[in-house]
Amino acid sequence: MSGHKMEFPITWGMVIDIDKCTGCGACMASCQTENNVEPQREASNKLRATSWMLVYELTNDKAFPNHDIAYLPRPCQQCGNPPCVSVCPVIATDKNENGGIVSQVYPRCIGCRYCVAACPYHVRYFGWYDPIWPEGMEKTLSPMTSVRPRGVVEKCTFCHHRWTQAKDAARVAGKDPDNLDDGAYVTSCVQNCPSGALAFGDIKNPKHKVHELVKSPYAFRLLERLGTDTQVYYISRREWVRKLGDNYLKSE
Amino acid sequence: MSFTEIEKTWYPEGVERCSLGKFMKWMGVLGVVALYGFFAMIVCFAYGLGVTGLDNYFGFGLWITFDLAVIALGAGAFFTGLLRYIIRIDELKNIINLTVIKGFICYSGAMLILSLDVGQPIRSWFGYWHPNVHSMLTEVIFCITCYLMVLIIEYVPLVLEQKQINKIPFLHNLAHQMHVVMPLFAGIGAFLSTFHQGSLGGMYGVMFARPYAFRDGFFIWPWTFFLFVLSAIASGPCMTVLICGFMEKITGRKLTTYRVKSLMCKIGGTMLLIYTVFKYLDTWAWINDILPRAGLTFDQMFYGMVYGKWLFFSELVLCLIVPVICLLTPLRKKPFFMYTGAILACAGVVINRYVFTVQALAQPVLPFTKWEIYTPNWAEWATSLMVIAYGFIIMSLSYRYLPIFPQEVGLNKK
Repeated sequence: MSGHKMEFPITWGMVIDIDKCTGCGACMASCQTENNVEPQREASNKLRATSWMLVYELTNDKAFPNHDIAYLPRPCQQCGNPPCVSVCPVIATDKNENGGIVSQVYPRCIGCRYCVAACPYHVRYFGWYDPIWPEGMEKTLSPMTSVRPRGVVEKCTFCHHRWTQAKDAARVAGKDPDNLDDGAYVTSCVQNCPSGALAFGDIKNPKHKVHELVKSPYAFRLLERLGTDTQVYYISRREWVRKLGDNYLKSE
Repeated sequence: MSFTEIEKTWYPEGVERCSLGKFMKWMGVLGVVALYGFFAMIVCFAYGLGVTGLDNYFGFGLWITFDLAVIALGAGAFFTGLLRYIIRIDELKNIINLTVIKGFICYSGAMLILSLDVGQPIRSWFGYWHPNVHSMLTEVIFCITCYLMVLIIEYVPLVLEQKQINKIPFLHNLAHQMHVVMPLFAGIGAFLSTFHQGSLGGMYGVMFARPYAFRDGFFIWPWTFFLFVLSAIASGPCMTVLICGFMEKITGRKLTTYRVKSLMCKIGGTMLLIYTVFKYLDTWAWINDILPRAGLTFDQMFYGMVYGKWLFFSELVLCLIVPVICLLTPLRKKPFFMYTGAILACAGVVINRYVFTVQALAQPVLPFTKWEIYTPNWAEWATSLMVIAYGFIIMSLSYRYLPIFPQEVGLNKK
């Protein structure tokens, strides 16, 4: 009943060092621009605003001088066992391609929002209104990512179009597109993080930095005990931060 | 002959109805409510679902709760059909027509709301064209549309039995022939309806990353699959009795015997008892297995007033144990207890559908997120009210012109 884990020879993964994240939001801004996310008309309602990459503020809930905070950037976790895929009635979202990126097919989506309900990470966003770019801002539209009509669900795709471009570049250079160099394909948020908190690569490829990073004793994933088996890893040397990655009983 | 006189010739044989003027006023009030909802519907279609109170946290809200609730309460149709035509409890013939109309109203109303609720209603047929056989929602789409067709087939002969229509030999024979094959459709209806009542429950039970809703189960079906079927066939007959009682109150006429209503409530109560046993077992397993596995406790599933434990205890004690006692003991002989039991049984199923739809989403699974509150807005309320008004209109017209209560003439002889 809880779906099944899917394995692929290439597994694109992100490793986010929470201790390096300053919460500046450059990842969010670059993601919105890269992926043609509509300029938010009213962003004060956080439950309505669309941000494929979202930075959460974490706190240890202690008073000064023990008070501490951390920032946790949250892209789509690209689960190995995605709760959203099996529920979609029309196969508008799938995990069926090498790389393990959970796809979202906008022209197929009927907008039932069952995937929104099933995802515990809140990575899925619905088009509540027709997307509008104020006059002049349409010049910011990227030709690499399709825009979405209202009434469909959208989410982070690990900048899938960049992977296509990287493979094309490898072919042109006479290299193997299925064995890209580390850094040949990175997402927009990773590229634009000023503090180097985000790393991206093929988790299964020993030549890629993330291959080692995920083995860190400080690495953890969000809600691991639910069995989602995500492809996004977090690193923090602070125990209270790691503890906030999952739910624990008092006895644990 | 004046129009008022002609209109009287449309009534079923030997019954009395209120004056046409009074009826038109009643329909006028309902029409205003329906029109208001229709306006809201147009606004939703024109501007998108941004005009509702839904958001990215609550993808499901009042509409889905409403749909699930009316579909559960409308389950009287398939279950009573099964008992009447397949298991052959003959006495139910006195109330079967009412259950068919109720089922038709509930399902067509739910379809109307669903067409609003999906962001791209024009793509609704994708459920057939690109079906994901692993999705419980695909099963819902299949069964619900097919079952609505079955309900239409069951409703048509009732319409054809209208006094004036029935004078046309072809339509008279058609109605007769449709009645002959009705057990077949009752069977198909029972099959389809069981599966989609179940798959509606399954929809929640399979959400393994939502510990509030997730359940283990049997083979591919989570326990909620079976619980939703049971709660629907428990509350469905009770709802039929409530509608019948309400119609008797409004019209001032006796429509069925107390015996028939009591039988329906006994059936509903028996199902409710079975449901109660399984619901308690399921809740026990949820608290002691599912939640600890997810690192969560029972207390963490509740928050404040709107998601408080009072809902949990209302559903599991007030709306299960109390109605079981009211409906399955000699207390049922007293109208007060029978109707109280029926109301509580229906209220319980509404609470159940609400918490599975809204509270399951409100409960923060990520430890650094917090409970969120969902408030439906005017657009959602108005369209839901439209469906209720639509139901009243269909039922009023059916009652006035169609012979739906075989016992009515006999019971109201002066």
